[in-house]
Amino acid sequence: MINFTYTVWILIIPFIMFIFLGLAGHKIGPKLSGLLGTGALAVITALSYITAYKYFFATPKAGDVFKAILAANTTWLQFTDKLHIDIGVLVDPISVMMLIVVTTVSFMVHIYSTGYMKGEKGYERYFAFLSLFSFSMLGLVVAPNIFQMYIFWELVGVSSYLLIGFYYEKPSAVAASKKAFIVTRFADLGFLIGILLLSFHTKTFDFITLTDPSGPAIAQAGGASFLGLSVITWSMIFVYLGGAGKSAMFPFHIWLPDAMEGPTPVSALIHAATMVVAGVYLVARMFPVYSLAAPVALKVVAYVGGFSSLFAAIIACTQTDIKRVLAYSTISQIGYMMLALGVSGYGGHEGLGYMASMFHLFTHALFKALLFLGAGAIIHAVHTNLMTEMGGLRKYLPITHLTFLIACLTIAGIPPFSGFFSKDEILAAAFQSNKILFAVEYAVAGLTAFYMFRLYFNIFWGKETQYQHTPHEAPFSMTIPLIILALGAVFAGWIPFNKLVTSDGQAFESSIEWGVAIPSILIGVLGIFVAMVMYRKENNIPERLAATFKNTYKLAYHKFYIDEFYLFVTKKIIFRYISEPIAWFDRHIIDGTMNSIATVTQVVSFRIRKFQSGQLQQYAFVFISGAVLLAVLMIYIWYW
Amino acid sequence: MIANQIMFFLLSAMIIVFSVLTVTSRKILRAAVYLLLVLVSTSGLYFMLNYQFLAAIQLTLYAGGIVVLIIFSILLTSHISQKFEPTGWKKSLLSALASAAGAILAITTILDFKFGASREAAMEVDMHAIGKSLLSLDYDGYILPFEVISILLLAAMIAGIVIAKKGGPADQESQNLKQ
Amino acid sequence: MNAGIPIQFFLILATLMFFVGVYGFLSRRNLITILMSLELVLNSVNINFMAFNRYLFPHKMEGMFFSLFIIAVVAAEAAVAIAIILNIYRRFTTINVEDVDEMKY
Repeated sequence: MINFTYTVWILIIPFIMFIFLGLAGHKIGPKLSGLLGTGALAVITALSYITAYKYFFATPKAGDVFKAILAANTTWLQFTDKLHIDIGVLVDPISVMMLIVVTTVSFMVHIYSTGYMKGEKGYERYFAFLSLFSFSMLGLVVAPNIFQMYIFWELVGVSSYLLIGFYYEKPSAVAASKKAFIVTRFADLGFLIGILLLSFHTKTFDFITLTDPSGPAIAQAGGASFLGLSVITWSMIFVYLGGAGKSAMFPFHIWLPDAMEGPTPVSALIHAATMVVAGVYLVARMFPVYSLAAPVALKVVAYVGGFSSLFAAIIACTQTDIKRVLAYSTISQIGYMMLALGVSGYGGHEGLGYMASMFHLFTHALFKALLFLGAGAIIHAVHTNLMTEMGGLRKYLPITHLTFLIACLTIAGIPPFSGFFSKDEILAAAFQSNKILFAVEYAVAGLTAFYMFRLYFNIFWGKETQYQHTPHEAPFSMTIPLIILALGAVFAGWIPFNKLVTSDGQAFESSIEWGVAIPSILIGVLGIFVAMVMYRKENNIPERLAATFKNTYKLAYHKFYIDEFYLFVTKKIIFRYISEPIAWFDRHIIDGTMNSIATVTQVVSFRIRKFQSGQLQQYAFVFISGAVLLAVLMIYIWYW
Repeated sequence: MIANQIMFFLLSAMIIVFSVLTVTSRKILRAAVYLLLVLVSTSGLYFMLNYQFLAAIQLTLYAGGIVVLIIFSILLTSHISQKFEPTGWKKSLLSALASAAGAILAITTILDFKFGASREAAMEVDMHAIGKSLLSLDYDGYILPFEVISILLLAAMIAGIVIAKKGGPADQESQNLKQ
Repeated sequence: MNAGIPIQFFLILATLMFFVGVYGFLSRRNLITILMSLELVLNSVNINFMAFNRYLFPHKMEGMFFSLFIIAVVAAEAAVAIAIILNIYRRFTTINVEDVDEMKY
């Protein structure tokens, strides 16, 4: 057994860096702050890679199974003998994989940010927040029990809030950060209820015990029931609510597009590659329970995932803000992962969907971070977010152009890029178990290719636009992460996930299902071709199409009016009929009581303040008369 | 026997008359002298009660020390020839009423109460007994209050100096006020 | 020496003296005369102590010692009071108690 205790440093280093940069950042100046933050990330990235190597290749396997290893664990809050909250580090295939994802993307984003954020006000604060985010995300990933996961889950929410609202002088950024926080917090309530239900019935928080196929959670699957579903199923649905909130699944997706108000590297790190896949990670973490004890909850996961992916893909086709397109694309891709988990079985080749989901999570993190960082480089060059104001940029930004193209091909599922492999596994898993969802996935694959290339052609080809300043390629600190991530996006597809990250830790055989893959490639190519026809040269096909499908287009352009619907529910119904009467009661009855007490006190004191005349003898007179009076009372009345 | 009573009534009359004069005199130095006479008469009462030591203390400390102190302060703050304005009738009436009510109440209570006579043999209070008792650590010794009083007197002395000395913060303020 | 004189006589005398002092305290304006009224009050208390000691507990000395300590305390009180009066005089250039009313509403 190899000792993994050193992995606690993966948590400690970014936390110390957060404290240090937060407190002393403005003293040491932006240059050193950026260098320190990036250096700390480099160290933990190296540690993560060492851990991955040691875990996957240097640890002797027990009967071909990757066992979960509790690298460190300490009791943090001891309430009673049985009820205690631990904090520690769990090393198992998915946590190691997530360590790689989080640290790699985070490291790239740190390097990128040193260039992108140069000269910004609050540069040190930015790096402090990035460190905080890295700390909380890594803590979430390595959590050995569900309560630690919940704690870091909320910390991730806080750091996301801080980073979305980084430009706090901009009202839209403030509104977006509040929206993100409130929506995810609302969903987290479900998560908390789920945790309480689950732990109440299983008497444990530990993932190892919870996910043990012969453990209490799964053994109790048929236990107490409510509305025809067992308690475990209900608790897993509630847990999934939290995951859906963080992963921006329908109907909680509304915060993610607005979260693009944050700095672009933050969008790449948090709102594309790491935080938003926390929901997927949560479901994967609890997967044995879902699969063996709560199949209904797993169905919910699958259908919500499928619906979100289609829904978001349609909206993405109509948006013009490039970051918003990417945001909807993220929702769509996460829907893919959720769907893959939802259709997966447990163990062996049945667990193909699980493996595919993790695989897609991994590749998606790389290419989506690449897309966002590329978008950041573009925005850096032309100072606008709107693709209608761009065009013909391929001449000005050669490196960005090339890496962006690679990322687009990857997400469209064109071989030999990594997206092809992971997507194919997902499609194969869906094909095995659910034909409706499989059809949805094909449609989404086509839409994805279309909107990504719509984006690509609009930015890099299309009409020749006159820019105020000639756009220029980003500095090396920004292009180097682009190149590294592009290399990752190209080659990550050859990682044998079926040998490493599986639902029960055992390797299984899987190969590319060409019967599924070839149609999906064709659909992808079709999508690209349509986008090329419509957007490569400036023409009026898009306008004509939009006019033909006027209502559908309008609906999608306005994101199916979900935001408006929520606003209606909150403002028109909840605020008017519930909050306003409460506010009235508060203002008039409760405040009124307090105010009248204050008023009466003031009036009375104003009247009686003349007693305080400063005349010593007046006081003495009152005192002596009172004393005589009391003496009379005591001698002649009270004693008889 | 009768000489006793005559003596007592004489002293009482002196005390009451001079007390009233003390609180009504419109010349401050005279009021001080009347107070002195009251205190001296009181020491006469102590002699009558056979407490020679206390009577001596009353004469030296009260009549000698405190009255002299008061007279000094009068000289520091007032013109001797100055006459007070008479007190307003409303104020004096109210004060007199309150005092009279208290006096009547107290006197009726005293007259109502039956005092029992002591059957114990009277103790001879000579200087020897007083000194022993004052410095005794026994149950009826007074060494602790004696020491406490000594510290109190020291504190009062220092406080008197500090409060009254010139150039303190209050003094500087009044200097500023004058300017 | 006190034969033929009942204790009530002493007590009534002390009471009268006490309330004359109280009257002075309430009606005089000058701070020093107020202090003198206070002396009267304290002196009357001393008479009471002495009378009680002689008539009710002639075999003990408590009353006398109480008076003794009261005299000492009065001495201290007079010293501090006069210091304060001097200070007030320097600050307000008056020792009229009605004019010293800074501490009002």
